[in-house]
Amino acid sequence: MEIPFLNMLWFILLGVLLAGYAILDGFDLGVGILHLGAKTDRERRIFMNSIGPLWDGNEVWLVTFGGALFAAFHDAYATAFSGFYLTFWLLLAALIGRAVSMEFRSKLDTPGWRKLFDYGFFSASTLATLLFGVAVGSTMSGLKIGDDMEYHGTFFDLLGVFPAITGVFAVAMFAMHGSIYLYLKTEGDLQKRVHGWMWRTFGFFLAMFVITTVYALVSVPAATDNFRDYPWCWVVVILNVLAIANIPRAIYLNRPAYAFISSCCSIAAFVFLFGVALYPNLLVSSIDPAYNLNIVNAASSRGTLLIMAIIAAVGMPFVLTYTGIIYWTFRGKVEIGKFSY
Amino acid sequence: MESSDTAILLSRLQFAFTIGFHYLFPPLTIGLGLLMVIMEGLYLKTRDFQYEAMAKFWTKIFALIFAIGVASGIVMEFQFGTNWASYSRYVGDIFGAALAAEGIFAFFLESGFLAVLVFGWDRVSPRMHFFSTLMVSLGSIFSAVWIIVANSWQQTPAGFKIVEQMLPSGASIPVAELTDFWVAVFNHSTLHRLSHTLVGAMIAGSFLVISVSAFYLLKKRHEDFAKRNIRIALPFAMVFCLLALVTGDVQGKNVAEHQPAKLAAMEGQFETARNAPLHVFGIPNVAEERVDFGLAMPGMLSMLVGWNTDTEIIGLSEFPETDRPPVHLTFQAFHAMVGLGMFMIALTVVGTILLYRDKLFTQRWLLRIFVVAIIAPMAANQLGWIVAEVGRQPWIVYPQYVDGDWANPIGGLRTADGHSHSVSAVEIAISMAMTGFIYLLLLITWLFVLDRKIKAGPESPEDLARAAAERGGGWFATATQRADHSGASMTDARDGDGRREN
Repeated sequence: MEIPFLNMLWFILLGVLLAGYAILDGFDLGVGILHLGAKTDRERRIFMNSIGPLWDGNEVWLVTFGGALFAAFHDAYATAFSGFYLTFWLLLAALIGRAVSMEFRSKLDTPGWRKLFDYGFFSASTLATLLFGVAVGSTMSGLKIGDDMEYHGTFFDLLGVFPAITGVFAVAMFAMHGSIYLYLKTEGDLQKRVHGWMWRTFGFFLAMFVITTVYALVSVPAATDNFRDYPWCWVVVILNVLAIANIPRAIYLNRPAYAFISSCCSIAAFVFLFGVALYPNLLVSSIDPAYNLNIVNAASSRGTLLIMAIIAAVGMPFVLTYTGIIYWTFRGKVEIGKFSY
Repeated sequence: MESSDTAILLSRLQFAFTIGFHYLFPPLTIGLGLLMVIMEGLYLKTRDFQYEAMAKFWTKIFALIFAIGVASGIVMEFQFGTNWASYSRYVGDIFGAALAAEGIFAFFLESGFLAVLVFGWDRVSPRMHFFSTLMVSLGSIFSAVWIIVANSWQQTPAGFKIVEQMLPSGASIPVAELTDFWVAVFNHSTLHRLSHTLVGAMIAGSFLVISVSAFYLLKKRHEDFAKRNIRIALPFAMVFCLLALVTGDVQGKNVAEHQPAKLAAMEGQFETARNAPLHVFGIPNVAEERVDFGLAMPGMLSMLVGWNTDTEIIGLSEFPETDRPPVHLTFQAFHAMVGLGMFMIALTVVGTILLYRDKLFTQRWLLRIFVVAIIAPMAANQLGWIVAEVGRQPWIVYPQYVDGDWANPIGGLRTADGHSHSVSAVEIAISMAMTGFIYLLLLITWLFVLDRKIKAGPESPEDLARAAAERGGGWFATATQRADHSGASMTDARDGDGRREN
């Protein structure tokens, strides 16, 4: 199959958007997963305010990923979103639940009200992460896509052992990522406690990493096929292992910023490996490989891909600039003030 | 697997419900955003702390509205794929591009700078804060631009051709392919609909400010704050109410030219005629093809469309029955919108005249009307979209008509054909029940929190002045200070009248 440059470019750009989303929203989802570990009201406010100014912008990466998938590979968007119907509506419910919990929690100072939104924040964050992981796992295992490009399975066909494993893996990964982020943003006794969480979530993550890898090697053939054709991809695997190994090292040496960068790199590497596992497909049919949706047969026209590339080239430097400005403005430890949640 | 009629009906209801809910919020933020730019600009210019109090108060309200707007907006983006997959395949080449552009150009801008707006008062300089307000306002307008581009393309498609896409089965489906980006972006109705939509948003935002301020005046609280707000928002509202008339007129002519079936449904025009009447009210009788109990101004519809009573208006009977939009809903929504528009013009003109004669603030009856009048633009915005979307049925992408051959539409996609094939009615019922439940709770909680926030009121300018003096002037120095930790939350810490004893 001949793959035109623009189709390849958009496959890569989608990967970049997905990696950007996973890294950025990953830590704020992780903070949500760990939220109930904060005991007092003040600690919980610190947790929420550590991501308060940032989570909304982080979520825009997902919205833009969705828009870009729609624009560049609209058949994949149509098949995946209608195929994952209930999964995605549950995901939407979780994303709304998160936004609302953060926005409303601080508005009333009664324990019942705050507890409600504490649990809402925790469960919505955990559910959203789990569903992302399930979606990735189902996509890698293949979907019942027919000769009409439509999904022919049911909601329950999407659930399997591998999607369940990747779902839990995602929760472990974001919990670890979030705990390192929280370590960077907290001080004093709370920070000491968070230090212990970094170790525990790393252990959880490492265990899930091994389980996911072994299961993928044994029973998801698509996960490794491309490594035969593109042996240079092993470099990313090795770099990923190094990044993961660097996380405990950096925690041990008390250099949390390095640990955080390592965990960012590791997440990026996982998104890359997900891309390699799929390439050149976007959605794999478990019925017949001829029904796969790939980056050529599911793509928009050359004209649209080109226009979109220009829009991305014009827009993304701005996006990166003000993302940088915002992160710089809100750098440093969390301070609870009159404008905080 | 073909979609059942039940599934299609449920998806349509779900879309109507979720978009209607979503569209409660963006008009308010678009309108309020621009007013906040004005208020904060006045603060920078005059250094009057009352303006600072205004900017801070409305930023809190803005953040609360924005949060729900974002949360309910993601639902919309997903829904094209989940429920309208066939539509997404048909239009992805063009519609998807507009959505992606909205993400890149608008959402990042809005969400990024909103953080500075809400959390950054102590962290950035006043100028930087003002710049952020400007960027958030601009971002909300960009967002409107791209979503209107996408919607207008569905209404009056241009800059594309229909090609046959091969499926693995060997069958083929027609899809739209982009041929000219700028023609697609500036299709026949983009600018018309964009201007009318933005004007509607400005009216909603300013009526919110007026409503809350009128409430304070009636309660004799924060009176100086309230009067300042009204001095800015009321003339602003009047200008945009009058502009709504102008942009509405332009949009009406555009509909007459490009979507005559919609115009005919809006006015209950069943037969093609010259000297067509304009109804003030009435009940369209589809079976008998006439308008019952109507009050009509003869020739006025022709007059408005072509500046001449001799202008021919295309009637619904020209179209095959399967190609006609629902008449009742389109007609009533349109007339209710126009009625509300006229009411708002009268209200803001009278209000502004009294304002400049210094009599407004003692007219308690008028202030009472202003308190509840926020319902008018909220309803009018919803009704306008009902006209636009119901009036284009049965098409999800409008067809082309050549030389007045209304019986033979070319291209286009029917709403029923845009549905996802792989989704069952049961699944849609589940998602509807879930979303309905969440939205209901959300709306109740939102109104409750908004109500508390309004009742708590703004900070007093004296407090702000004192705080500024303690810091040695401006917000500049505060970034280096530790914020006080006693406050309960971002918004409650200093709420209240600010008349606390020192």
